[in-house]
Amino acid sequence: MIAAVRARLASWWRVATLPVLAIVLALAIAAVIIVASSAFTGTGFFPLLPIYAYGNLFAGAFGSDIALNNTLVAAAPLMLGGLAIGLGFKAGLFNIGVAGQFLAGAFAAAVVGSSLATAPVPVAVAVSLVAGGLAGAALGAIPGFLKARTGAHEVVTTIMLNNATALLLAWAVTDLARAPGFTFPRTGDIGTSALPVLLGRNLHLGVPLAFAAVFLIRWLLDRTTLGFEIRAVGANPNAARYAGISPLRIVTLTMSLSGLLGGLAGAVQMLGVIGFYASGISASVGFDSIAVALLGRSDPIGILFAALLFGAFRAGAPLMQITTQVPIEIIDIIQALIILFLAAELIVRRVFRVRARPLEIEGATTVTRTWAEGSVRT
Amino acid sequence: MSEGERAVPGAARSSLPPPALEMRGITKRFPGTLANDHIDLEVRPGEIHALLGENGAGKTTLMNILYGLISPDEGEIRIDGEPVAIRDPADAIARGIGMVHQHFMLVPVLTVAENVVLGAEIMHGPVLLDQAGAAKRIRSLAEQLGFTIDPNARVEQLSVGQQQRIEILKALYRRARILVLDEPTAVLTPQETEEIFAVLRRLRDEGASIVFISHKLDEVLRIADRITVIRRGRVVGERVPAATTEQELADLMVGRSVSLRVDRGVAHPGEVVLEVRGLHVRDDRRHEVVRGVDLDVRHGEIVGVAGVAGNGQEELVEAIVGLRRPSAGRIMLRGRDRTTASPREVRAAGVGYVPADRQRYGLVLSFTVGDNCVLTEYRKAPYARGVVRDERAIRRRAEELIAEYDVRTPGPGVRASTLSGGNQQKLVVAREFGDDELLILDQPTRGIDVGSTEFIHKQAIAQRDAGTAVLLVSADLDEVLELSDRVVVIHRGRVVGEFDAASAERERIGLLMARGVAA
Repeated sequence: MIAAVRARLASWWRVATLPVLAIVLALAIAAVIIVASSAFTGTGFFPLLPIYAYGNLFAGAFGSDIALNNTLVAAAPLMLGGLAIGLGFKAGLFNIGVAGQFLAGAFAAAVVGSSLATAPVPVAVAVSLVAGGLAGAALGAIPGFLKARTGAHEVVTTIMLNNATALLLAWAVTDLARAPGFTFPRTGDIGTSALPVLLGRNLHLGVPLAFAAVFLIRWLLDRTTLGFEIRAVGANPNAARYAGISPLRIVTLTMSLSGLLGGLAGAVQMLGVIGFYASGISASVGFDSIAVALLGRSDPIGILFAALLFGAFRAGAPLMQITTQVPIEIIDIIQALIILFLAAELIVRRVFRVRARPLEIEGATTVTRTWAEGSVRT
Repeated sequence: MSEGERAVPGAARSSLPPPALEMRGITKRFPGTLANDHIDLEVRPGEIHALLGENGAGKTTLMNILYGLISPDEGEIRIDGEPVAIRDPADAIARGIGMVHQHFMLVPVLTVAENVVLGAEIMHGPVLLDQAGAAKRIRSLAEQLGFTIDPNARVEQLSVGQQQRIEILKALYRRARILVLDEPTAVLTPQETEEIFAVLRRLRDEGASIVFISHKLDEVLRIADRITVIRRGRVVGERVPAATTEQELADLMVGRSVSLRVDRGVAHPGEVVLEVRGLHVRDDRRHEVVRGVDLDVRHGEIVGVAGVAGNGQEELVEAIVGLRRPSAGRIMLRGRDRTTASPREVRAAGVGYVPADRQRYGLVLSFTVGDNCVLTEYRKAPYARGVVRDERAIRRRAEELIAEYDVRTPGPGVRASTLSGGNQQKLVVAREFGDDELLILDQPTRGIDVGSTEFIHKQAIAQRDAGTAVLLVSADLDEVLELSDRVVVIHRGRVVGEFDAASAERERIGLLMARGVAA
């Protein structure tokens, strides 16, 4: 029994070694940057600054109930977005459109939510969430269908759709969906559609929903025939066709499901945190999700931890900035370095002399392979 | 120990030059297997030395050690009597070792000259390639070997046989004196095989040492000067062709007495299962490669399609199984029109299919052996209940198939990519053979060893005797003649001849395959 547990832990560690080392290396290099930049700021050259900065970052993320809640709240949309990207990777698809799907989901949830602002909570919340998910799914289905039918590469179509979506929604909120009585264009109050707060000041229903989604997607991929089909199409579309799976159907379906998760990420953020849609709300979740999926190696549990880490960065950064004057932007540098080291894993191997299993980040091969091979045959 | 004592064994051999290549006590362990167990191999200058063994016997591991792709756990490599350390392929190349892989390492869109010099370019100044110089050297190298080649032809336009010669040129261009060829004839026609043999003999006569990896007994006997047989990571014998037979080599290789000829028995054909009428099919480049084929396969018979690779067989099969839509004509299965059926519908109608390319179509290499065992039946009970897969049932099924078809693997949980080629093929065969109406075998034994071939042939005949209609497509004429109750010859997308097993003459069929006419 103990041996089995130990073997399980060992196999987890084999998978997690490189991501963990990439994080350590990124923090180390960011520390050098913090020290170097301290020489040019008001604090003056201060070699111990990174320790204080990271200490406060940690305290801001985990140091109290409030901090912990903030981390979980920031992690929830990243989990859903990371799952969206990771699910695509499993089918050999790179859905860069999560940013657009996030906005579409947020907008749909805001509009539907404000129109149900006085409805009973269960109805208002459920309908608004579903609306957000469906909006994302619809947006994901378009590049999926185009890819399946014509071979149009999803990276290109989703990037273009991101821009189209952002601009279309900017117009919609200033014209179609503008709520009266505000000095700037925005949607109305969401009232009872807001996700109920379960714990503390802000830990809303979206957090357990995101955790549930992680295990649902894991179950879908590992235990269901659909998951088998998705993985087969991703690993070898020719063999999938041979086995009677229709790659066209799976590509369209996976992009729709991926879009659904992206839309849900937007809806959760809208109904749990933001509260109204206005032109210019941040879609950075869409791009951070790519990093989360890569760090989590497209594995739902990996994505769970990666999202918690990135959530912790976001939640802890303000305290770090207030107490040590190290700007929040250092978080972006750390995240970028993590991804850099994951992509260039050889550096990590050299530095730490590890012989862990190669990363096999599905996304990295996905992009190059699908570019090279072009369309899926009909 | 004094110098004098040490000199004694050397003195005994001093009449002979030291072996060009000596591998002593090479041992390599992989998790769960001993791939090489104290292997000794000695190749003399001017010798073609065949390394014979089943798939998974450790031939490729040994050669990858020689080429610096993996490092041995124990053992020593000597070249011309000098111990050497080979850390990577660059070391190997510098020591005069050249490798021709089973799967060609060529860039299709580049020219012959560009492929040959790739990585070892002759420069004309600091920036420009000396293309004329390279072309000249390639021409003269080819001439030395007794063939001509256009250095400016694009590789994608060349035949497989020509591509293989480019691989050899590549090695020689890098001044290889020890040439390793891994299953060089697996993809060649009989004529191309003869041509490559002529090249190898010429090289040998000029003093090169050649390691010829194969499991084809007749070829090994024809080309080799000496034969080392490996089984399960160990050297089990060394022979010279004059003093051995195919039967002895086969028995050594497999470790038991094998039958090289299949006992086919008598067929009892029943009603027609597959009926193909006036079928036309285009390939990926939209060229019509199947041009009006009529074909019948009945219950309880094996129909063999003979033809040189690339005469439309692949597309014909893909059309029958639903992977490719015919441009004209009709495909009927047991009297029902299935011309435009999807692969799933064709399977549902009782068709099993062993594809020619197991890695491209037959398996998902990154999936486990267990998942590959149910690749085509993953939706059916008991492997899935509704949408939920039943891991236990899948595992049970995999364990059954592994035992029944003797697939060598640590278990159903390992990835299919860890299996050797022959075991991958057995896995596909195990999955596809069952209670089918029609069984389509496309190159069922290509690139696999004698033991597995014998097994697959026996299984195919057992299937026929159980009443299954079997369509066999093979570029190996011997295989077609051995197994088929009827032989159909295909040339440029048309059926140019049909024979009963009794009346099939090898020469006549060979001519039909090559030219489309028998005169």
